[in-house]
Amino acid sequence: MMKFATLLRKPPEWMQNDGPHRDIVITSRIRLARNLEGSTFPGWARKEDRVALMQQLQPHVESLPEMKDCFSEDLGNLDAIRKQVLVEKHLISREQAAKAGGSAAVINRDQSLSIMINEEDHLRMQSIRSGLDLRSAFAALDRVDTELEGLVPYAFDQRFGYLTACPTNLGTGMRASAMLHLPGLVLSEQVNQVISAVNKIGLAVRGLYGEGTEALANLFQVSNQHTLGEREADIIARLERVIEQIINHEQNARRKLIEDQPHKVLDHVGRAYAILRFAHILESKEALTHLSMLRMGSDLGMLPPAEGKVIDTLLMEIQPAHLQISAQRKLSAEERDILRAEVLRRRLANLPEPITDIATGPPPEDPPLI
Amino acid sequence: MLCDVCKQKKATVFLTQIVKGEMQKVNLCENCSKEKGVTDPTGFALADMLLGFGHGEKIETVPQERTCPVCGMPQSTFRKTGRLGCAKCYGVFGEGMDNLLKAMHKGTRHTGKVPARAGSSHSIAPKLEELKAALDEAVKGEHFEDAARLRDEIRRISETV
Repeated sequence: MMKFATLLRKPPEWMQNDGPHRDIVITSRIRLARNLEGSTFPGWARKEDRVALMQQLQPHVESLPEMKDCFSEDLGNLDAIRKQVLVEKHLISREQAAKAGGSAAVINRDQSLSIMINEEDHLRMQSIRSGLDLRSAFAALDRVDTELEGLVPYAFDQRFGYLTACPTNLGTGMRASAMLHLPGLVLSEQVNQVISAVNKIGLAVRGLYGEGTEALANLFQVSNQHTLGEREADIIARLERVIEQIINHEQNARRKLIEDQPHKVLDHVGRAYAILRFAHILESKEALTHLSMLRMGSDLGMLPPAEGKVIDTLLMEIQPAHLQISAQRKLSAEERDILRAEVLRRRLANLPEPITDIATGPPPEDPPLI
Repeated sequence: MLCDVCKQKKATVFLTQIVKGEMQKVNLCENCSKEKGVTDPTGFALADMLLGFGHGEKIETVPQERTCPVCGMPQSTFRKTGRLGCAKCYGVFGEGMDNLLKAMHKGTRHTGKVPARAGSSHSIAPKLEELKAALDEAVKGEHFEDAARLRDEIRRISETV
């Protein structure tokens, strides 16, 4: 069984890999909601029933071949900071982090697969991949789902499909989503147009940590809203098509910004570089905004390409719970801002200055970012 | 026009409902409408009324509330939280579910993956009985529009089972 410290130390697989369109699509995720036949849904069940169900389910989940040497823990045994770290790593949901005993998280070794027991449904299973790779994320999770289905009886209805606590998840119980980095569309003030167009075709756009969260660091989650009346493969294909279009828009927006307003691009990247390397107090929101600009600078060839991964790691490491875990104590907001700036200065100490000649020369025929 | 409840403030929310064939109008001010949960955006109250879940009787007293015999969840809890208590609730609170699902989803019928174990036993059995009982009620009370809708739904389900 993997320890929490190991989970914390090891970077997740998706962070190290280079999936398709990695410059714009950070991750692809698939989530499946399942419930057991004959058991009350977690939100309405009595505590002792919830605990009993977790104790019944957890060994089955741990026994899956995909879960060899996994991390598996009752949330009642994790303190608030540790739970929040799992949220910041996108391994459990904010809703589950709010729960104490009777709810468990099982996470595989490379952190590509996490199974929440007793979140809103008995089972919430998630698979995560680098870049735009919804199909392989689905294939992996579908396999796990089929294995589990042989071990425990699912609540399923011919007409309504997989029965879930909330009718919005009924049917496939599947939520497919991609995390997109869209600084070009934000800077050129086109992002709201794109969001409303995406909303119109039955897809949802959310911030960094899901429902009701802000789009920090110019990161946006696009996901399907409907789960009933459409096959899994069709939902994924439709989402994929839309994401490919958004990628196109983002690439065009970046190209146009370099052509029309090169100094604006240079200024954003240059300021981000200066602040992140030399500031001593940095609030989370400000740091994330600048990291986003640095990431774009790296995509545009202004910074060495290898720095892209350092930036992505930092997007996670400067979050409140990650900072507090590294300090090994609870920190006030002021203390966090100081430590955040310190971590950034240290990790970016050897980052070369951004190249500035994208502004002077004519735009290349085939910009390196594409 | 003044609010029917507090009779002090100006009414800005107008509700019309048909109870036993008679049209009733209720005019509410913003405060009272909030108090009665008419415009509560977090609950399902407004959606329920618009989509046909209890035909707006919530404004008046709630007549004998339906409760899931398996998990004991009352329908009002489902309305308030938007979450069901157990798998069987779908059969118990099923009336009006189609309209709700139509508003939420692409269709009202599952077309995706089916677990290997799922046999006919997995279909929601109480659903049909519930509908038949509701149909009898509707006919007795001479609510023929409701009766026609229920009859169609029963026919559709019987054909697919």
